[in-house]
Amino acid sequence: MNSSVAASSRYSPVAIILHWLLAVMIVASFCVGLYMTDLAMSPQRLKLFNWHKWAGIVILALSAVRLLWRLSHRAPLLPVSMPGWQVAASNAVHALLYVLFFAVPLSGWAYSNAAGFPIVLFALIPLPDLLEKNRELADTIKALHHWLAYGLAICVVLHIIAALKHQWIDKDGLISRMWPMSSR
Amino acid sequence: MFRRFFLLVALAFAALSPPVGAQQKLVVAQSELSFVSKQMGVPVEGKFRKFEAELNFEPKKPEISKIAFTVDLASIDIGNTETEKELGKSGWFDSLKIPQAKFTSTAIKSLGGAKFEVTGKLAIKGNTRDVTAPITLTQAGGVTTARGEFTVKRLEFKIGDGDWNDTSLVANEVVVKLKLTMTGMSAL
Repeated sequence: MNSSVAASSRYSPVAIILHWLLAVMIVASFCVGLYMTDLAMSPQRLKLFNWHKWAGIVILALSAVRLLWRLSHRAPLLPVSMPGWQVAASNAVHALLYVLFFAVPLSGWAYSNAAGFPIVLFALIPLPDLLEKNRELADTIKALHHWLAYGLAICVVLHIIAALKHQWIDKDGLISRMWPMSSR
Repeated sequence: MFRRFFLLVALAFAALSPPVGAQQKLVVAQSELSFVSKQMGVPVEGKFRKFEAELNFEPKKPEISKIAFTVDLASIDIGNTETEKELGKSGWFDSLKIPQAKFTSTAIKSLGGAKFEVTGKLAIKGNTRDVTAPITLTQAGGVTTARGEFTVKRLEFKIGDGDWNDTSLVANEVVVKLKLTMTGMSAL
């Protein structure tokens, strides 16, 4: 019913590009992260760990750009037909997503440092250590990084379920605000 | 009078006597044997906690001096238990089979002042290679500290051969750093 309103209030192209680019990177990093931790020590594992770390740093940097963009550019308004609790839930999940965009890569960075591995982005740019090498702390931060990543995965799943609900149940065309190709 | 003369002779003798190895001791607790290896550009630091040395070093007569060094490879500390377990395996140090690395000096020469060049045979995992390390000594309060650094090529010792021989992943060059605290050495 509000499709015309939704269609006319799309996110900006920059926001749309950042959303989908980060969506792909975050899902891929999460999957690589799940897979690599169970591998026995091997050159492949070393490569995956480093790629995972580099992806995490890029996600962190792009998330900073995205946050600044979001703060300086108004997001399109939600349909007026949406119940208050849904608006509140949407705001809460979005806030949590943004917190985790930073918390997950930062905890990974700190874990790597505590485990004795500085991060050298793309094997070229050495990044400063957030923490000193510390075996006990490394175990704690490892667990923290894992739980934060699971938390992010849960938020992403909630986000997708809500988007699909709007698309298929509410049929309010909300998804077109963020869809790469502008819809009808 | 006679007694004083006797004492003088004894002192002179002590000062001139050749180095006595048993008197020189490595203070392991204040010594460090560390290394830096690069993995995909990432410098990974580690150290060995257990090592001992047989020292027979006379700063004024480096040519007759001798040093022997033994390192317990299983005492490796890289800050990460998973990696340490892996390093004990046959592809890396194989420390179950050959638990120790040994260094025996073959020539020590003075580079002037407190600097020396120590050359010797380094044996790890059944492979022996010549290595040369520049060493700088400092002395204070009867304690001598030797600091030095040298590079070894891990593949010459078959450390990380097989799957891990790709040096673009794990660099061939490993920088070894020494800080040895010793007692009983005569003055520079």
